[in-house]
Parts: sequence; structure tokens; C-alpha cells
Amino acid sequence: MHAAVLVFPGSNCDRDLAVAFEKSGAKVSMVWHKDAALPAGVDIVGVPGGFSYGDYLRCGAIAANSPICGALKTHVERGGYALGICNGFQVLTETHLLPGALRRNAGIKYICDTVELQVATADSAFTSGYTKDAVINVPIAHHDGNYFADDETLARLEGEDRIAFTYAKNPNGSVRDIAGILSENRRVLGMMPHPERALEATHGNTDGVAMFRALMDTMATA
Amino acid sequence: MKARVHVMLKTGVLDPQGEAVRHALGSLGFEGVNGVRQGKVIELDLAEGTTEAQVTEMCEKLLANTVIESYSVEMS
Repeated sequence: MHAAVLVFPGSNCDRDLAVAFEKSGAKVSMVWHKDAALPAGVDIVGVPGGFSYGDYLRCGAIAANSPICGALKTHVERGGYALGICNGFQVLTETHLLPGALRRNAGIKYICDTVELQVATADSAFTSGYTKDAVINVPIAHHDGNYFADDETLARLEGEDRIAFTYAKNPNGSVRDIAGILSENRRVLGMMPHPERALEATHGNTDGVAMFRALMDTMATA
Repeated sequence: MKARVHVMLKTGVLDPQGEAVRHALGSLGFEGVNGVRQGKVIELDLAEGTTEAQVTEMCEKLLANTVIESYSVEMS
């Protein structure tokens, strides 16, 4: 398995995500935002959390137009996997690889907490290690995690079983309590919570392990 | 030549910052502020001959996220 983790100026969860992939058995390449191509043979692209380009203009907007995101789009269009966490989710919506947008939290404040997530579907490489409707604990740390999509898009996401995770108690005002969504081909996941921060006993929580393990198992057999 | 781009959250999209400003105005004693919507103004200093259509393309591609934001362009 070969994972690429994108690095933008202001990314700060890139190394955590790299460790998460490595611990699950992947070879990891860190890829700078100015590169216009991914290394050969990349199976999954990780778009990490942080504050790409200082969150200027809108979170993820400048990153979405960086050279490496052109390569990310090509990778996804060819059926490649991608995982965007936090700022990475914002980048994936700004590139239109996932629908909707992330707004300022309804309560205005930045939230750093561990929240309960409900697994809304087990039907994806990312969530097959969980049972549908299971509740897992995952850290969140964001100011702009308030998911929005119009009613038509929401109906489509629900109809196609593409909502991956919902918040048990909505912390940020997201429509339909949405914490993470899948692409049409179910190979791209964007989520605000940080599964890469819930991998080891020292994190105080290992609920993220099943995601990375299932992902590696699926890609290994693909 | 210059262009001024106004970007606002679309009607119906919750604006938490605008709401916070409304509350703050109320607590300062300003009565009768029924709503506040906060947007941004982007001023562009452009080469002569740049067309409004080109500025519109800039808005569509970068300056506004049309999923949640609307924009207007003023050329001058």
C-alpha cells in the first residue's frame, strides 16, 4: 500500500496522518503542494488537517487551487482513494470532489473536544471495520466545521447512503448532524473529526484504528 | 482599472458571525437591529482591458464559494 500525504503551508496534522498510515502498514510519501504530480503507484491520498494557506479567503480555498490538487483530482477521477480530515475535508469540498461546504461553527467558537460519532454506514472501505449505528469517540478541533448542503444534495447523500458519520450531539450546527460524507463511488471520505488522533492507548482512545485497518484491508484485496 | 467584488452568504445560509454582531449591537444598547449579515469586499487592481466576464470567472473559480456564497461585481 502506498499513501501520499499532501503538505500545504499551514498543514499541521500531516505527520499525524502519515504515522496513522504507516502504523496500518502503508508506505508513505509526503507530497509538497507545489508538486504537480503524485508519486507513481499511490493508492490513497491523505489531505490533512491544519490551516492551509492560513485559512485565507476561505478554509481550503487556496489549497484547492494549488498544483497538487490538480493531481489529486486526476487520482480521484481514475478511481483512487482519498481521505480528507478537518481542513482536508474543507479542501475536498472546495475542489468539488465532495459536495457541500463547511461554514463557521454555529456557536462561533473554535471547538476542541472528543465527541461521539454514529457510524451512519458500514458500506465503504473507510467504515467497514465498524458496525452501522455503532457509536465511536473521535476528537474534533475546528472553527469551521458546520456542514452545509442544499436540500437536493442532502436528499441525494441520504438516498445513496453516502453519509459516513453523524454527530450524536451536534457540536457545530452541521445540517442533519453530518460529520463526514462519501463520494459517489465511496472511495473519497471527508470528515471533520480526527480519527488519526485516536489510534494509540496514549491518545486515550483507539476508536480510529478500525478505520485505517479496514482501509488497508480493502485496498490490499482491491 | 479596478473592480470591487462583494461576497455574501446566500439568503437562507446561517451567518453565525452576523448573528454575533447583532447580539453585540443589542448589548451596546442599539435597539431595533433585526438582522446582521456579514460579507466581504475584495478590491482588485486590474490591467486595462480586463473584462467583467473575466472578473466573474475569478469569482466562480476562487473568490466565492457558490455553494454557500453569492457575489456581485462592480467595475470602475
